[in-house]
Amino acid sequence: MMREWTQIEAQSDFPVLQRKINGKPLIYLDNAATTQKPNSVINAISDFYATSNANVHRATHTLGEEATHKYECARNRVRKLLNAQNSSEIVFVRSATEAINLVSHSWGLSNVQPGDIILLTEMEHHSNLIPWQLLTQDRGARIELLGIDDSGLLKMEDLDRYLDERVRLLAITGMSNVLGTINPIEEVAKRAHEVGALVLVDGAQSVPHLPVDVQALDCDFLVCSGHKMLGPTGIGVLYARQKLLREMPPFMSGGEMIKEVSFTNATWSDPPSKFEAGTPPIAQAIGFGAAIEYLQKIGLARVHEHECSLVEYAMAQFREIPGLEIYGPGPDHRGGILSFNLNNTHPHDLAAILDEQGIAIRAGHHCAQPLINRLGVRAMARASFYLYNTFDEVDRVAEALLMAKRILTT
Amino acid sequence: MSQAYTERVLDHFQNPRNFGQLDQPDISLEQSNPACAADRIRLDLRFEEGEIVDVRFSGQGCVISLAAASILTERIKGALLADLQDLSRDEFLEMLAISPRASQLKCALLAPEIFREAAYGEPEWPR
Ligand SMILES: Cc1ncc(COP(=O)(O)O)c(C=O)c1O
Repeated sequence: MMREWTQIEAQSDFPVLQRKINGKPLIYLDNAATTQKPNSVINAISDFYATSNANVHRATHTLGEEATHKYECARNRVRKLLNAQNSSEIVFVRSATEAINLVSHSWGLSNVQPGDIILLTEMEHHSNLIPWQLLTQDRGARIELLGIDDSGLLKMEDLDRYLDERVRLLAITGMSNVLGTINPIEEVAKRAHEVGALVLVDGAQSVPHLPVDVQALDCDFLVCSGHKMLGPTGIGVLYARQKLLREMPPFMSGGEMIKEVSFTNATWSDPPSKFEAGTPPIAQAIGFGAAIEYLQKIGLARVHEHECSLVEYAMAQFREIPGLEIYGPGPDHRGGILSFNLNNTHPHDLAAILDEQGIAIRAGHHCAQPLINRLGVRAMARASFYLYNTFDEVDRVAEALLMAKRILTT
Repeated sequence: MSQAYTERVLDHFQNPRNFGQLDQPDISLEQSNPACAADRIRLDLRFEEGEIVDVRFSGQGCVISLAAASILTERIKGALLADLQDLSRDEFLEMLAISPRASQLKCALLAPEIFREAAYGEPEWPR
């Protein structure tokens, strides 16, 4: 009855996964927070520092040219990954958070007027909520929210309710970091464009785990973070249509983003460098490029399939545990994220007891406090999978949860 | 057996001592621990001539924070405020008889820090 599980053999590529925690082999299930790094990424970063380190875009010496070449190759890898038309549509930033702040400041402050609406959903991460709160408060605009139903799926009928010409932007997550819900971005974007709204996709969870094509989605902005997809921290991406990047004013300013400078004035260079003031995170971009190369070798469709199998298997296993409640939709509409509570136990206690068994899960509100409250709880435990997780690991987690239940509820 | 979830800690969690609220506390203070999913604990105290004659705690939290609150109330009930003022953080943790992991330290110290603030107006521990 069960489908044939597809296992990706990747564990040996990740040095940290060879570690033991409290004497037990590490099972790392906090991938929605950040992922582990394969040797190829670690080596790309240390090789860069060992062989080609220099600043980019300004030197005429060999190292500077090599560094610039590697940095721009990384940009091109991102372009290919997202299927953007042009690599000038790929802006390197520090993180998904910074990318959203770039849009809320640069695009937002010059386009949002009093009375306008920024449309979000009830399942947004704080980083796709707070920047819009600040923007709308500043501009006298307001936020409306597309709701979710009890299974954690977007209420599509809310689009009829909220979409009109006052909506300037719909900012929506590709995949919920709490419920794992995968949103129908293509359809939502089409509806938003019909009323003239722009669409920003928070791809922090979707880009690492499934094929994402900005042209197929027809989104106007998309953001993601390298560290959530095998890359280092400190590097993220803003994709935006070329026309938008040309019109938008700079977010940060300084070196590198200028054409001509006098003591009283300056003109901006073309995107993407208009938005990359100062020395960028060069080694991080190169490491990110290596991460994308690794992911593409396996194929994101396969990564997604593997995680769907794992999560379906985990849901079946966890359901056998009396008192365990799983949040979010069925396996057909979710990626590899599983949030749950066990009876009245506090998720912090579950996480601590699982850690004694070498298992890393997350407990808390997962930076989505309004969503957690909307679901009527104060906190959740979360297991989030990636390509290196295995079915045996799911079995061990289920055993550890049973043990935690015995400890905490006797 | 678990390192932090000892029998004693679990006993205090499952059978909390001095749980509830006082009708007429001399002081009542509630605080939360945002590091642990916004847990809240309230401490009610009654004093007579420098002695803690009654204490209750209430609220919600993880095992460590609730057990620590229960153990704290047992220790301070009937004690003189002056005698407790120099109780250090480490002495309190020794009382718990566990070594909480770094991420649970805030949980273990939630109730005692509420007590320090309520009784002495200073949440910091003496060195
Ligand atoms: C859905 C979602 N959006 C945005 C972010 C923010 O990512 P970062 O902290 O890398 O900026 C996260 C990270 O947890 C996320 O899960």
